[in-house]
Amino acid sequence: MIPFDQIFVQIVNGLVNGMILALVASGLTLIFGIMDVVNFAHGDLFMLGAYFGTTAYLYTGNFWIALLCAVLLMAVFGAVFQVAALRPLLGRQPLTTILATFGISLVIQNYALWQYGPVPRKIVEPVTGYFRLFYVDYPWYRLVIAGMSAAIIGGLYLFMKYGKYGIWIRATTQDRVMSQAMGIPVPLVHTVVFAIGAAMAASAGVLFGPTTGVNHAMGFDFTLKAFVVVVVGGMGNLGGSILASIFVSLLESLATVWVSPAQAIIVSFAALILTLLVRPTGLFVPTPK
Amino acid sequence: MSTVSPSTTGTSDRTLDTRARAVGPSRGYWTGFFLVVAVLAAVPYILPEFWQRFATEILIWGLYAMSSDILIGYTGMVSFGHSAFFGLGMYGAAAALLWAKPPNLWLAILVGLVAAAVVAAFVAFFSTRLRDIYFSITTLVFSQIFYVIIFTWTEVTGGENGLTFRAPAFGIPGVFTVPFTRDGMHWFVLGMVVLSYLVLRRITQSPFGMVLQSIRENEPRTRAIGYHVERYKIVSVMLSGCFAGLAGVLYAIQNKFAAPDFVLFLISGEAVIFNVMGGIGTLVGPVAGAAFFLLMKELFSRVFYEYYLIPVGIIFTLMVVFMPQGLLGAWRRQLNR
Repeated sequence: MIPFDQIFVQIVNGLVNGMILALVASGLTLIFGIMDVVNFAHGDLFMLGAYFGTTAYLYTGNFWIALLCAVLLMAVFGAVFQVAALRPLLGRQPLTTILATFGISLVIQNYALWQYGPVPRKIVEPVTGYFRLFYVDYPWYRLVIAGMSAAIIGGLYLFMKYGKYGIWIRATTQDRVMSQAMGIPVPLVHTVVFAIGAAMAASAGVLFGPTTGVNHAMGFDFTLKAFVVVVVGGMGNLGGSILASIFVSLLESLATVWVSPAQAIIVSFAALILTLLVRPTGLFVPTPK
Repeated sequence: MSTVSPSTTGTSDRTLDTRARAVGPSRGYWTGFFLVVAVLAAVPYILPEFWQRFATEILIWGLYAMSSDILIGYTGMVSFGHSAFFGLGMYGAAAALLWAKPPNLWLAILVGLVAAAVVAAFVAFFSTRLRDIYFSITTLVFSQIFYVIIFTWTEVTGGENGLTFRAPAFGIPGVFTVPFTRDGMHWFVLGMVVLSYLVLRRITQSPFGMVLQSIRENEPRTRAIGYHVERYKIVSVMLSGCFAGLAGVLYAIQNKFAAPDFVLFLISGEAVIFNVMGGIGTLVGPVAGAAFFLLMKELFSRVFYEYYLIPVGIIFTLMVVFMPQGLLGAWRRQLNR
């Protein structure tokens, strides 16, 4: 007997989680694509952004202003992070950047624990109200999350496609040396891209905050998930990562119909390992020639 | 994918250590070796109880760090999932100690090593097909899989609470048995670590070890010469996993418990931290790195309490940026003679 209603609810859940994950992963893949930096602290940027959101919410009392504050703060933080820890590593091994960002991730995690304590913080959701979805009252807010994520990713896409600075970013991704020769300030582009990635992670964090609460350990889960989808989607490939986020989240949500959520994560790990074995360049990218 | 470069270590020391091998270890090296071992053996007489236990822990974590140096420093593959091997060694020892009546030390070591080796073979089969960061991510993911399994399979592994057991007695079967004292434990651990060091040193200087180092320096060329690179990589992961498992067994015996926390990602991260701090590719460097890390942890815990990772993380990042050779990296050539 297949529980169709459960499956349908889990599909909706998977899509919502997938959009949040896509928001985190697209920043990660953008950063990897442009400067070969594997950002181990990306989930922690997500977590710190969410905490900044709780603080800003405490002061302003308005969710949307808090979201904006957290995003701007994290963009500045990301820029400082890049200049301080990653710029000196440019041209060294990608593995060195994993180590440096791993060190930073330890610092951010413990800073959050120290500042905010081990008890999860909650942000009050800006949109209350439920609608009936089979056997559950499904919160409208979750659909707002998916919509907002899609809007932010869409905005990024338009910026990259048509904006002057977006074209700079794409040019630097394609050929760092040539872009430099054409007069694009490459170090600045790197910093800005990292700031954009951090800001997107922060926006995902604040949007995600009301659903489960914010705690200092959630960063690592998201780092791991973002790694999984970025590799499944093809390292450095924006569209692939977004599709892979939705694909992996759907798999994981559907798995929770039959196993516990803690075990469902193994399904996405299995997806990663199979992808690496069968098609190491990523599932959702054209075969390289 | 195309941006990944074939070499996996810094360009500064791209020389193979073959010339050094022909020279052989200097007298100074052996003097230093025996001096350090003598000081470590004298620890029960000179240090108070707390620091003696601390020294034993450093030795165990040092062995763990040394095992991952085989991958990071010699084969050029950074494993971010070493805790799986450590943890499986721990749980293997726990299973043997709980099952056998009376608990037998050598059986625990054997079972722990076999468990770690089996898991290492499984992980290696998949992960060695990939290189650089893909290898790191795959090992990380595998260690998380084992963590989830151990954490959720409560009937067998005790879940979150882990397993507790009684320490076995030290002895040679049929000859004598004495229960472990704290001093005896220290000397036993010291003996195992020194033995492992000598074995690993011999392996890294053997023709097999030379092939591993040539994989690190230039994988396509090693393949072109005709070595079966994948096979060497699998053996190197298994070797590394076995010694990490041994460290896990020793830790389990010393502390009389096995817990899922030791399969968690942070322990894998610590292996990498030890290596980077101490200096990769030296075998003793990671031990020094472990000592340095644990001392800093102890020191900063007194000032910052459980947030000691804030200063330690900053120091680690600074060392990655400004001191990629680590503490003992400057003596890399001498240490590999």
